[in-house]
Amino acid sequence: MRLKINGQLQNFAQELSISQLLEQLQLVPEQVVVELNREILTVDRHATTRLNDGDTLELIQFVGGG
Amino acid sequence: MDPLIIAGRTFHSRLLVGTGKFASNQAMVAAMEHSGSEIVTVALRRVDIDNPEDSLLSHIDPERYLLLPNTSGARDADEAIRLARLARAAGCEPWIKLEVTPDPYYLLPDPIETLKAAEILVKEGFVVLPYMPADPVLAKRLQEVGTATVMPLGAPIGTNRGLRTRDHIAIIIEQASVPVIVDAGLGAPSHAAEAMEMGADAVLVNTALADTADPAAMGRAFRKGVEAGREAYLAGLGPQRQRAEASSPLTGFLRND
Repeated sequence: MRLKINGQLQNFAQELSISQLLEQLQLVPEQVVVELNREILTVDRHATTRLNDGDTLELIQFVGGG
Repeated sequence: MDPLIIAGRTFHSRLLVGTGKFASNQAMVAAMEHSGSEIVTVALRRVDIDNPEDSLLSHIDPERYLLLPNTSGARDADEAIRLARLARAAGCEPWIKLEVTPDPYYLLPDPIETLKAAEILVKEGFVVLPYMPADPVLAKRLQEVGTATVMPLGAPIGTNRGLRTRDHIAIIIEQASVPVIVDAGLGAPSHAAEAMEMGADAVLVNTALADTADPAAMGRAFRKGVEAGREAYLAGLGPQRQRAEASSPLTGFLRND
């Protein structure tokens, strides 16, 4: 399965949910906002949302800013 | 100090601080604490997948500070709205510092896109604090669409050049029905004091705190500048004159003429 994550193409061997993807990337779900194909996914939907080949993801976090 | 009320919420500090560009999270927290601020801005960016950092939020006490996400990086209304929605999805209260800055050289806000985004975000229930050029007409238009404040710039972001837009900010203050927060370009406590003496309701500072060897001390200095300016404004500054007016009696001199 190929996913475009934050602008970069990545290959994954098996099917994944959002929760599993974040775990694999070692990201804390509460600290990341997930946008899947331009739709925002709140944390309560992470476990039930399966990713498909060709999906585009944005993983966003807070950083310092003025 | 007298309280500052934004969208029905009461604050006891009139200094907002940004969290960008600090040498370390420790320096950032020190500046925040010593500034006395109750509102801190943050930005949203892509996670670096190959190199995830620890969360900024773990350093910011949510009991003490209202997190004010900005839409920095947005080049038009659509990008700003997308960022605002992402910030809200992150679990923040629906407060947003709206920034639309298509020009990377001066980072000046786009008035048309800012107004467009403000109108939509207000309708979506956001408390909108728009960063804006110091244009009194635009300030009125933003108020009319329901922004919680107006945030005219003193000088371009990060320049530390002070109140270069002073005359227009004075008109904005005169006409505003929402709090006026002077944002951007304030590089010294005296700049903050000057804005507050003119009647600005608050100021927002980032670079001046981050770009110093001692952010904690600079935080304290800005706090005092803001408080001094506010107190002077409330007391009422004396009128300016061209000619001298003696402070000491003009009688009883030790001479006979």
